[in-house]
Amino acid sequence: MAIVTIRRLWKEYGEQVVLENLNLTIADGEFVTIVGASGCGKTTLLRMLLGVEKPTRGEILIDGAPLVYEPAPERGIVFQRYSLFPHLTVTRNLLLGLELSGAHLTGRLFGRARRQALEQVHALLNEIGLYAARDKYPSQLSGGMQQRLSIAQSVICQPKILLLDEPFGALDPGITADMHELILRLWEKNRMTVFMVTHDVKESFQLGTRLLVFDKKRHDPHAPDAYGATVTYDIPLNRRLRAVA
Amino acid sequence: MSRLANLHPGTGGTILLGLLPFIVLVFAYVLGSNTRLQENPDDKLLPAPSSFVDTIERYAFQEDRRSGERLWWTDTGASLERLLIALGISGALGLSIGLAIGAVPYVRSLLLPFVAAFGMIPPLAILPILFIVLGLGETAKVALIVIGITPIVIRDIALRASEIPHEQLIKAQTLGASTWTLSIRVLLPQLLPRLIDTVRLNLGCAWLFLIAAEAIASTEGLGYRIFLVRRYMAMDVILPYVAWITTLAFAMDYGLRRARRTFFPWAEAN
Repeated sequence: MAIVTIRRLWKEYGEQVVLENLNLTIADGEFVTIVGASGCGKTTLLRMLLGVEKPTRGEILIDGAPLVYEPAPERGIVFQRYSLFPHLTVTRNLLLGLELSGAHLTGRLFGRARRQALEQVHALLNEIGLYAARDKYPSQLSGGMQQRLSIAQSVICQPKILLLDEPFGALDPGITADMHELILRLWEKNRMTVFMVTHDVKESFQLGTRLLVFDKKRHDPHAPDAYGATVTYDIPLNRRLRAVA
Repeated sequence: MSRLANLHPGTGGTILLGLLPFIVLVFAYVLGSNTRLQENPDDKLLPAPSSFVDTIERYAFQEDRRSGERLWWTDTGASLERLLIALGISGALGLSIGLAIGAVPYVRSLLLPFVAAFGMIPPLAILPILFIVLGLGETAKVALIVIGITPIVIRDIALRASEIPHEQLIKAQTLGASTWTLSIRVLLPQLLPRLIDTVRLNLGCAWLFLIAAEAIASTEGLGYRIFLVRRYMAMDVILPYVAWITTLAFAMDYGLRRARRTFFPWAEAN
């Protein structure tokens, strides 16, 4: 869990202002859903939280400390696609996280450490319903199974913050309910602060404890890039209401 | 009536069709050889198939009067040794440099333009330099093959590394990977199948350089033998040797393809 503070954050690409003057404080363990039109900077914010892009001005603080602009184990990520390792079986895809964080020289665990890690992996595979597929390669899995694995892969390293970049955007609508149940279960169990970018407004209400809507407050038709987006609606969602809905 | 584009041969048909060009070639040769030999029994250009058997008998199973060796196998051993050493060096160099280029942007900026330029040097043009600098021994021949194919291997491996989705590299870093562990656990295993592909595709070049080097300065080897007997227009030796080289190259290609399928099953699906 982590408190995330965003102060006077601007992101510009040359003349184009993507985000302007973003100020946010996200409480510990919040499930933040982010919606907004295409190109309004939702994913840009997520990429800055991930550490692969730097803000032009302003700062992001995690538990009061400035964010390091490089991907780090405290911030897990689930992309829409391509975040599984195609050369590893399901088991080894999960094991890799424990191996990378546990063995800095070889990137592999041996003996007792490996057996313990495998137990942890198998327990998690049971939890996400992929134990039967444990020896398959990612390309042999359905899209839903792949995303389940990708989420589990991020969670196994127990990040303080989990970033989800339209994780269910490429899936059939029929299986998203299962995915929602899974992500909420893992969130409650691991007590992470979650940021989820989505196109699906219904989903953002269903999952979030706090909903952020990104949009441009000002718009100049002669210079469409002159103004950036910021949070136009910041809606706290009652979790009990969500449970009823 | 189906379109031709939609008609597929069965298993037997596939094998038969695959064999057909070989059969046609053999038949055409026998026909041509017979015709020429009828006109002139001393014709050397298209020797009778029976003379190939004599040659193979003489070269592969009888000891050479002068050296006491079975030349066929001495030549094969010498050539394969040079080729395999060179392929091993090229593969190892290509993989490690390609991996470094793929993993570290600074190394990429440093090496990729150089490798691209170096790869444009026609290897045969610098063969004299190799002979002058390295002498006429084994080193120069191996070096020619290595210089000829390593730049291609490096560039292909680096290209493959750049095709690996960025998402994977970021994900690995969020799982605690360092540059080193990212390289050996995420990049390297995904580059190995491509290494096999690259070596396969470069086998032809490797043989070309090998035979060129052997033709110029050697005392044994398949290429040496072909160029030696050329002086006597000994087509009865040249043709079996060419067929043998082709067989060896084909076997290596097949072996590599099988190895890829066995060791990297995940790379076959896509």
